[in-house]
Amino acid sequence: MKDEIITLAHGSGARLTQQLIAEIFAPHFHLPALTDSVAIGHNLVVTTDAHVVKPIFFPGGDIGKLSVTGTVNDIAVSGAQPLYLLATFIIEEGFPISDLKKIVASMQEAALEAGVKIIAGDTKVVEKHNAEGIYITTTGIGTLPLDLHLGTDKIKNGDLIIVNGNIGDHTIAIINARNELDLQPPPRSDCAPLNGLIACMLPAADLHFMRDATRGGVATILNEVFEDNGLGIIIDEASLPISAATLAVSNLLGLEPLYMANEGVIVTFAAADTTGLIPAMKKHRYGKNAALIGKVTSDVKGVFLRTTIGSLRPLPMLHSDPLPRIC
Amino acid sequence: MAKSDLVRIKYLIEDLWQWKKPVRIMEVCGSHTMVIGKYGIRSLLPPSIELISGPGCPVCVTPASFIDALLTLKNVTIATFGDLIRVPGINGTLEQARAAGLDVRIVYSPLEALKIASTRETVFAGIGFETTIPGIAHTLLEAQRLKLHNFSVLPAFKTIPPALKALLSTDNIAIDGFILPGHVSVITGSAAYQFLVDDFHTGGVIAGFEPITLLQTIKDIISQLKRGIPMIENAYKEVVSIQGNIPAQNIIRKVLQPEDAYWRGLGKIPASGLGIKEEFAQFNAIRKYDLQITETEMPSGCRCGDVLKGFIKPPQCPLFATTCHPAHPLGPCMVSSEGSCAAYYKYER
Repeated sequence: MKDEIITLAHGSGARLTQQLIAEIFAPHFHLPALTDSVAIGHNLVVTTDAHVVKPIFFPGGDIGKLSVTGTVNDIAVSGAQPLYLLATFIIEEGFPISDLKKIVASMQEAALEAGVKIIAGDTKVVEKHNAEGIYITTTGIGTLPLDLHLGTDKIKNGDLIIVNGNIGDHTIAIINARNELDLQPPPRSDCAPLNGLIACMLPAADLHFMRDATRGGVATILNEVFEDNGLGIIIDEASLPISAATLAVSNLLGLEPLYMANEGVIVTFAAADTTGLIPAMKKHRYGKNAALIGKVTSDVKGVFLRTTIGSLRPLPMLHSDPLPRIC
Repeated sequence: MAKSDLVRIKYLIEDLWQWKKPVRIMEVCGSHTMVIGKYGIRSLLPPSIELISGPGCPVCVTPASFIDALLTLKNVTIATFGDLIRVPGINGTLEQARAAGLDVRIVYSPLEALKIASTRETVFAGIGFETTIPGIAHTLLEAQRLKLHNFSVLPAFKTIPPALKALLSTDNIAIDGFILPGHVSVITGSAAYQFLVDDFHTGGVIAGFEPITLLQTIKDIISQLKRGIPMIENAYKEVVSIQGNIPAQNIIRKVLQPEDAYWRGLGKIPASGLGIKEEFAQFNAIRKYDLQITETEMPSGCRCGDVLKGFIKPPQCPLFATTCHPAHPLGPCMVSSEGSCAAYYKYER
């Protein structure tokens, strides 16, 4: 790698993260595919996810809830039913026990909602200043129905691309909380376990592929799909579900919601003749703003956005986190 | 977008396609560059109308020596606007320095830097144009009022009108009209651009940031060219007045004074910068830490200067998308998302 040291950009989920995995990890590990979770044996699915977030408490969630929902969602988007979690805590010396209690209670609440059990864990305490507050890693285990296979290889020309809710809200909530922008009312993270919603979606349509749009956002997933199977994608800007607050703050800071991390948004590719999926999603509390945002098409090579004024522009994969602009 | 707007956009585009004579229109402001890219506006225009991106990206024109000066600081916290952290100095970027241990924090407002200064020695990276300068000047007044001893600003402020003057004074420059900045003009007022007409016989239109406004602005500039009478028009009257924001101008005058400034890619432009006045010297990081900001050599082969002057489009630079790309920007125009090259790379490659 050209950069000799790790920078924050390597953890952005964009191109530099891909490079890190491909050049540093993949040659030494057995990584069958770069997906959210991996199947082992007949029908077991596992995944693991480290959670570092600043601030650790934010409107709509906290690091505890995030550590459960993030892993639950990574399992669930494969079509599997998440069942068990293992949790590892790295805690900085001096961290208030009262905060830890809140975090653990929040994990329990999220696990209860998702119907998973936290069955084992580990705790390490590091010296003051050797970590910041608390980091939580969770590993999830789920079971996959034997007849179900979702993957980018199943995506076909004409497939519909659907999201379940507003994009960008989590990132805006974090930016607001971290930088004390003092937006009123404070924007809330969309952080939520989505396995319930996905369970409603599976019988409602012929689903081909799902992914939760965390780091890198919706646009990065679409690019990964294109890189996997070479099928073109056109997203319709006017159809994107984005809250007025998120849109306003994004415009102010020069950030694009399509590249923002979410914690409760899944991107779904469904068969072209799908009809009942969005109505089914809208019945679920985490699918109220479900929308058809685009299609797989042979008209373009790459990922493109049909803008609100009708022009077509590329929606490329970014090299690293987008930076807020000065003016 | 309302249906009536879409219809109007359609008519505007049809109208622009009637124009056959080649013209070059410069959008001065980086945010306009972004809107043009984001809405794919170039793809809607006839080949006769060429949009070129000017020097209005504050991060892009900040000289490498400014970054290098920040990198020499020890035991301080550097507070900065986000897009500065990947701007390359000769000795690296703030992002790399942060990974190596320098305390670099991204802030959204200079007042956030004052909060940081309540607990640690803090230097704010003072870049920007008329838009951001009043807020930073206000922050300096606050620092004085609070009698802070551990806060300073490294100034590399720049003003737009002298840059346009320098640009139009360049040999062989061929700019037929300007899309003038919206936010900057809120502060300066439209009168600040009259010299474009009086001294250089070149007109311009102050524009807002909606795609429809930009298309209308391009049409207005074409209309000026048709009539052969250049003038300064204001298509952003909701917020831009003739005289500008007088209180903001007063704050700037109280704290800062004009001085020569180095623009990355353009070189030294007389009286195009704003330095910190003597009575605020204690908050001037140049004085406090004995720093120097000088002109620095451009990376070999980099043609950002020619891009900023509108002589070439980004893809005509030999480094574009080969050795220079957003992950490893060599020239300033690739660094910021609103830089000309980055906008081209992202939207029009």
